[in-house]
Amino acid sequence: MESEKSRSGANHHENVACPFCGMACDDLDIGPSSNGSLKVLKNGCAKASAGFERALIEPSPQVDGMDVSLDEAVAAAAELIRESRLPVFGGLGTDVDGMRAIMTLAERSGGVVDHALSGDAYRNLRVYQSSGYLTTSLTEARNRADLFIIAGCDINKIHPRFFERIVSPERSMFSESPPKRTVIFLGKGLDQSAAKGERVGDVLTLPCDVNRIGEILDAMRAMDKEATISGNDIGGLPRAAVEDLLARCKAATYGVMVWVPSSFDFPNADLTVQAINAFIKDLNSSQRFAGLSLGGSEGSTSVNAVCTWQSGFPLRVSFASGKADYDPSRYDAGRMIAAKETDLLIWLASYTEALNPPDTDVPTIVLGTPHLSLKRKPKVYIPVGTPGVDHAGTIVRVDSVVSLPLRKLRESKLPPAADVIASIEAAL
Amino acid sequence: MLIKLTGGKIYDPANGVDGEIRDIFIEDGRIVSPSPDAKIAHEYPVHGRVVMAGGIDPHSHIGGGKVTIARTLMPEDHIGHEMAATDITRPATGRAIPSTLDAGYRYAEMGYTAAFEPAMLPSNARQTHLEMGDTPIIDKGGFVMLGSDDYFLRQLAGKADFSAIKDYIAWTMHAAQALAVKVVNPGGISAFKFNQRKLDLDEKHTFYGVTPRDIILTLARGMKELGVIHPIHIHGCNLGVPGGVETTLATINGAEGLPIHLTHIQFHSYGTEGDMKFSSGAARVAEAVNTNKNISIDIGQVMFGQTCTISGDSMRQFVTTRSADPKKWVVMDIECDAGCGVIPFKYRDKSFVNALQWAIGLELFLLVNDPWRIFLTTDHPNGGPFTCYPHLIRLLMDKTFRQEMMQTINQDALKYSTLGTLDREYTLYEIAIMTRAGPARSLGLVDRGHLGVGACADITVYDDNPDREAMFAKPELLFKNGELIVRNGKIVKVVTGATHVARPSFDRSIERSLKSYFDDFNTVRMENFRLSDDEIINNGRGSLIIQPTRARVA
Repeated sequence: MESEKSRSGANHHENVACPFCGMACDDLDIGPSSNGSLKVLKNGCAKASAGFERALIEPSPQVDGMDVSLDEAVAAAAELIRESRLPVFGGLGTDVDGMRAIMTLAERSGGVVDHALSGDAYRNLRVYQSSGYLTTSLTEARNRADLFIIAGCDINKIHPRFFERIVSPERSMFSESPPKRTVIFLGKGLDQSAAKGERVGDVLTLPCDVNRIGEILDAMRAMDKEATISGNDIGGLPRAAVEDLLARCKAATYGVMVWVPSSFDFPNADLTVQAINAFIKDLNSSQRFAGLSLGGSEGSTSVNAVCTWQSGFPLRVSFASGKADYDPSRYDAGRMIAAKETDLLIWLASYTEALNPPDTDVPTIVLGTPHLSLKRKPKVYIPVGTPGVDHAGTIVRVDSVVSLPLRKLRESKLPPAADVIASIEAAL
Repeated sequence: MLIKLTGGKIYDPANGVDGEIRDIFIEDGRIVSPSPDAKIAHEYPVHGRVVMAGGIDPHSHIGGGKVTIARTLMPEDHIGHEMAATDITRPATGRAIPSTLDAGYRYAEMGYTAAFEPAMLPSNARQTHLEMGDTPIIDKGGFVMLGSDDYFLRQLAGKADFSAIKDYIAWTMHAAQALAVKVVNPGGISAFKFNQRKLDLDEKHTFYGVTPRDIILTLARGMKELGVIHPIHIHGCNLGVPGGVETTLATINGAEGLPIHLTHIQFHSYGTEGDMKFSSGAARVAEAVNTNKNISIDIGQVMFGQTCTISGDSMRQFVTTRSADPKKWVVMDIECDAGCGVIPFKYRDKSFVNALQWAIGLELFLLVNDPWRIFLTTDHPNGGPFTCYPHLIRLLMDKTFRQEMMQTINQDALKYSTLGTLDREYTLYEIAIMTRAGPARSLGLVDRGHLGVGACADITVYDDNPDREAMFAKPELLFKNGELIVRNGKIVKVVTGATHVARPSFDRSIERSLKSYFDDFNTVRMENFRLSDDEIINNGRGSLIIQPTRARVA
């Protein structure tokens, strides 16, 4: 990794990439705090502070609730995996090397791999695999867009620096005095507080129910083809508002529609993603417009990418037969645990304390950040470090284009998950 | 440990050896000339077998974001092609867009020891190397894409000092850990973002005011003056366009004698004659290549069947979305840097257009005289997966077989091609040039692609089977760095190949200007944009080979 610069004293790190949301901002300054932990000094956000500034705690590994050495915990985990008929590797809050290690262990042990947030990802993936996408990436949107439509997601909570970095940056590649951007919130009750600044022009709100966004976009797509749409209410919005939205889309030089699949938390939400992409694709026959799907927290973009390039399939792959067997419904880890189709859960969560294992009586091995709150005592518990805090690593950003190096920022006894998993595999 | 391959027929064009019976000695991963009394630790009798250096694929999309987009898009491409783990190999999934593991295994089983990813976006270089790092056995490397990125285009538009442009090219090669530089639809990927739908060789980009010709000449001269061995690798304007042959000829004639490599030239050799307004321009392109010694090409041969096209050329790929089969596709604008388009496609032998594409590729192979300037590719997976190479080699070496195949395709297509009149059959020596010695020389891989003393012991041994498809599909032996990897077409050992890079010199002070550029506009810091050596080496997961460059001029 790049050697760490020390400018304003020891352990002052510049250009640090942050793994605590999918945007992976890499311009943070991080230094030591008075309590021996880390402090975000520059370019932070609530998520970065919550992640980086956690106290360093280094609990002992445990087997059945009893403190043991790391070697004993590894041996116990290996024993459980060896005895398991169908282990499920879930959670998977990790980085590229962590997932590489999980893949070989899952292959060796005939297990299933699935990320805790795959259910959200599949709202996108189902569309990807049935009709496809036309998308953009963060730097492209930052410099080029003149219209942002925030479709049904509370982007400011999900990515606290999205507006600052992408919507309202001071400068643009293509003009010394770049034009202001229009920001349209499509959906009820979305936090608009961050849609401000030099570059933000009109801010509009179209307060529809989130589960009717698809209906509205389908109607706009039809209107654009000069089909007749009857009635004065379209998806819960006045017809005139929808016509105005279409006119603004048509007038945009480079429109960007932002969505986050986790925000589409209603049945058949993939059809909303489908409507977004169908609308965007059609617009591009005469103008430029692109989608930008965000979210991707807890390493989910990295983990899905590694699974896809190594196995040939996205997540929800089983190696029980020795081959990669892909089935996004059958190998849904949450479903398998609830249905007791597995006899062992290996839960990996190395970023935030939000990624707690499910409350299940399926025997569980937890490889996790010490900040998890475990409702039940796992059979084996091995605390692991956080990539980009306790050890170096690599993370793939939510747009699936850029990946960033993560740095080791402090000394800790917490091992990288990849090392623990490799030790378990060696002990099989 | 001294290893001897005894009695093989050696095809080593780099050293002028054409089928002579010779012994080859290997020690410590290299080909050596031992003293007569040296003790042989292991002998492989290969009498009557054909011995060549390991195959080198100079243009194959094996890694990076767009390949993984294709893998995600097309699970149906993989279903039924999953292979179980063995004692030494991991589960691998094959077909048109194989998993990284499968790509490494299949290349090795086909006698290849290196493949180069030709479209590595600077902004996606890290992922490209991660994927290549998970591609076992073979060596690899990437060609970094320039020519639609804002920094380069603003340098050109602002008439920047030429040495600053060269500094930027060289800096990008270092930052992305590249072996060479590629330009894709020069300026066109950027122009598409400004809603231009085509960009001819002399057409101006609406924002920057520069033309593809300006971009090509700048990069061609830049590569030459930087001393990078592989010339600028050009995916030209107007890919797949009927009449594109005129652009290709203009590109060749406009190169001002500078070395250029025109990639997947088959897709750029279409005329507009006949009822379908689609005809072969292969004869004219081949004549231009034969005349202009500064030109090298690879073909991008079309093979019939299902594939998925993967390209940085978002402008042309967007047009192709109309023909997507199955009907789904992904197009992306990327980081004010580049773009991509991923579109499934089925080449049908009964389709007039597809059959003619097939014929045009073969015509080009057969009409270009100098095998040192033409390389065997399908532009994997765009014309078809690389696993088709043995079939393609047979088409080139066996006229009878070729004519049989011609009987099975759309017959009208043949009327617009000269293929039926071509009698040439490639020799083993010429195949060895086109698949080994030529790519190695062109890419500047000093100790690869040949079997002389000092060469890396990447060696393939084939049964001299008159069915050349069977012969090249399943080598008897493959050695990588002197270790036996494949026996009778099956992997017996898995190793990790190296990553080849080239590092032309540049003035470090360019980082001052780049630093503020990245801070102002990019979402990645310059310091993080650069890939360190350690990221590729990654505690022994990979290794780097720095290939030499010539001295930089000015």
